[in-house]
Amino acid sequence: MGWWQITWWRNQKRDADLERELRSDLQLEEEEQRERGITEEEARYAALRAFGNPTLIREQSRAIWSWNWLESLARDLRFSLRSLRRTPGFTVIAVLVMALGIGANVALFTVVRGVLLKPLPFQDPDRLVMLYEAGLLGDDTTGSNVVSGGMYAEWKNQNRSYSSLALAKGIRVGLSGSGGQLPEKLNSALFSWDMLRTLGVQPALGRDLTLADDSPEANGTVLLSWGLWKRRFGADPGILNQTIFLDAQPYTVIGVMPKWFDFPDSSTHLWTPVYHDKPEDEMTSFSNHMFRVIGRLKPGVSASQGAADLSLISQRIHNEHLNDPFVFRSASSRPLLEHIVGEIKKPLYLLLEATCCLLLIACLNVANLLVARAAARRKELAIRTALGGGWLRLIGERLMECLLLSASGGALGLLLAFAALHWLTQTRDDMSRVESIHVDGVVAAFTVCIIVLCALFSGLIAAFSTSHRRILGALHEATRSVGGASARASLRKVLLTLEVGLTVILLVGAGLLLKSYERLRSADMGCLTQDVITMHLGLPDARYATPAQRANFYDMLLDRVRALPGVDAAGFATVVPGQGYQMDWSFTIVEHPPLPQGRGLFALSRWADPKYFNAMGIPILRGRIFDAGKRLDAANEVVISQSFASQYFPGEDPLGRHLLARGQNAVIVGIVGDTRYEIGETPRPVQYYPLDAGIENVGTLVIRASHDLEQFALPVQRIVSQMDPDLPVSDVLTMNQLLGKSTLVQSFNTALLVAFATLSLVLAAVGLFGVMSYIAAQRTTEIGIRVALGAKREQVMRKMLLDGMRPAVFGLVVGLAASLEAGQLMRDLLYEIKPLDPAVYAAVAATLLTVAAFACIVPAWRASRLNPMQALRAE
Amino acid sequence: MSSMAKQAQQRVGLLQGTLDMLILRTLLYGPAHGHQIGKHIQRTTNDFLQMQHGSLYPALHRLEKRGWVVSKWETAPDRNREFKYYRLTDKGGKQLVSEESQWKQMAEAVSLVMWPAAEES
Repeated sequence: MGWWQITWWRNQKRDADLERELRSDLQLEEEEQRERGITEEEARYAALRAFGNPTLIREQSRAIWSWNWLESLARDLRFSLRSLRRTPGFTVIAVLVMALGIGANVALFTVVRGVLLKPLPFQDPDRLVMLYEAGLLGDDTTGSNVVSGGMYAEWKNQNRSYSSLALAKGIRVGLSGSGGQLPEKLNSALFSWDMLRTLGVQPALGRDLTLADDSPEANGTVLLSWGLWKRRFGADPGILNQTIFLDAQPYTVIGVMPKWFDFPDSSTHLWTPVYHDKPEDEMTSFSNHMFRVIGRLKPGVSASQGAADLSLISQRIHNEHLNDPFVFRSASSRPLLEHIVGEIKKPLYLLLEATCCLLLIACLNVANLLVARAAARRKELAIRTALGGGWLRLIGERLMECLLLSASGGALGLLLAFAALHWLTQTRDDMSRVESIHVDGVVAAFTVCIIVLCALFSGLIAAFSTSHRRILGALHEATRSVGGASARASLRKVLLTLEVGLTVILLVGAGLLLKSYERLRSADMGCLTQDVITMHLGLPDARYATPAQRANFYDMLLDRVRALPGVDAAGFATVVPGQGYQMDWSFTIVEHPPLPQGRGLFALSRWADPKYFNAMGIPILRGRIFDAGKRLDAANEVVISQSFASQYFPGEDPLGRHLLARGQNAVIVGIVGDTRYEIGETPRPVQYYPLDAGIENVGTLVIRASHDLEQFALPVQRIVSQMDPDLPVSDVLTMNQLLGKSTLVQSFNTALLVAFATLSLVLAAVGLFGVMSYIAAQRTTEIGIRVALGAKREQVMRKMLLDGMRPAVFGLVVGLAASLEAGQLMRDLLYEIKPLDPAVYAAVAATLLTVAAFACIVPAWRASRLNPMQALRAE
Repeated sequence: MSSMAKQAQQRVGLLQGTLDMLILRTLLYGPAHGHQIGKHIQRTTNDFLQMQHGSLYPALHRLEKRGWVVSKWETAPDRNREFKYYRLTDKGGKQLVSEESQWKQMAEAVSLVMWPAAEES
């Protein structure tokens, strides 16, 4: 016999017992009455009177023993289900509203938890810090700069705070084609041999890097990502100890990393030892900053103690190299998690706040609907209260109703959240830690919490709106409801004001982001953004070892591409606008007096072929472009950008002056227009060197054509594979796509916030419409009388409209005031607009008032059309 | 809130606590069934406390659940029928002592406030 049956059986027995007890005592009372000498019938009535209501006694006695709360819960559930089923329209709307609110919150909470709150999947992740060089450099001050190879080595040898220091750098390598597979370009990372040890991670297959692997003399070794191993090598464990070719160099596969391992980012597919791959001068230089350094703090050492320890070392090195202005003098650190998620933290929390607003609006809306329903059921509730229905029972029923609504809303919302998360992980695979977003137990608990909170919130508002103390009033009022029930309508107006206020905040936030995004996309890049397609190419050092080989390759490639039908212009540059900072070089101006010790100049550096500027639409402002005849060692010219000229040659003519960079003298022959290295960044000084010097081996091919840009992808690929079958062409993007990619984050945030704001606007409008319709219905008689007495229909309509617009206007004022505060929080996310942008505020106010007017106008119009006779008969 | 509702609530509140004590005190004389208990309280208070069975039976069951009384079906000496007799347990006896002393303190405290002149004179 199960637990439930035992309980049932025990209850049955107890009921029978109670029944018997009551019967015997009642009988006794009856007998005693009779003994006093009254008739049998009267005696029975007297006994019953003395006893009171036996059913009530039974129920109350049962309440003491039994699982009464469970039973009453079941009863409430039945009641609520029944009453919800009776009003399907209300139920569907309320559930949908809740589903949207809860779904959005659950989805975003899952993201925030996965990305920001979960610890990193490394051993003791709290002890891991990202280390930076910091302080004054050249003419710039920075708090967190990438680290030079030389400084890393000094830190590693001399520090006393870290149990290990490891180094990483993300690069791109070409994986040669083999076994009928095409060559491809992959994101790869250079690791110092102890990186995995520092993180506390083991390869899933094979072995870790060793100190012996991490030197220029060692044979090449490589670790594969799980994904690459499955996709490219068919998950064959036999790949271990096989040789693959990276940039035409042989590497032995020594291991495969676990599926979840995604450091430094999720697009990394290969890991190779850094001291093997990088030339020694880069690993010992103090002024060539390019590496990420991760440290594991020793137990008992704080992050700031660690950074101070490294700063001392840096200061010493700096003092030893006073003649080099590009040696930093201090160090800083940040927790590794913060380094990884720092950039997305703020937008994510902003979106989470927005979804909270949305949920609050949803709850207010449901509460509003419930209040309306409670008002419609006033008579029923009053009668029940008068008949002795407990107040708590009535509240319990209300809450149960809300719980049902929010639970079904939550279930639906969870489905929505699943769909949203699926979509998110597909579209935002660029986001750090996107792979750690999962719905798990904590998220489930969060969902349950939200459901209960929503039920309590909306249920309690609704429950307290029907106070049991006004029973009599309700019963009186019900006879003739002229202008009655205004109190309840006023509660609803307060709710509406809140709802409108929250909506205004969301609208202002969305408006600001939208405008800022527009500004961002329309920012002048300084070059063509239409009709240009870009393709990435990298020449492996192994096969293109000399400058002549590289320069010849570029010349031949460009000649062939320009010969393609439809190509208006073509060029090649190491980095094109929108591809990021990438590379800078220090320089000195030969004609200027030497700078004081410790000061130095640096600027973005690019290599381009002479026709690149024309192809890219970068205007030539003065002078000329490189002489195409000057190649290789003879290429001694440099072109500078407008801001380079104004910053470093104020009030003087830069043409004919010389820049000394990396030991080479170059004469300035021309000045071109400014470009932005990244959308949203201010233009920086750029120095352009001739590609034909043959120094650089990685870059972007640019093709300008008036139509059908994508058609060039295949012919260019064919040209490249004719020239070198092992050379992959990657990242085929129109300029528009390239810029779109770099504003993906902003467009994503903007799109989401606009969606939330629109949703809440719709919810607010629905709420407004509901309240207005309700007020109009309540006032049918009053309006009828007014019209009968000669009130003009326009007057009635105006009055109704004003009545409805009042909460909207209040809400608008409250919301705008709150937005002033909220806007400040968004300051960092805005581009070239202030948080107090008047145009946005005006647009929001106009939108809201228009929508509110539309929501009010239908009920108001309907009220003004009332036939007085019908209205008076309506009761 | 109307003053009438307030009064009613107060009375209920007062009885709720004291009814248990009255029942326990009644059972001190020996086992009794529900009807007898009710009648006894009514009679001893000169009908001031009209026993509401509606509260008596739930109270008895509450006491039984707490272990202060136990019940047994027994034949009444004067009637030829079985009644459910309640009997005070040791635990119930202790409870009665503590409730009684609490009640005494309470009554003294209330009287100190209500009739201070009597103390002074």
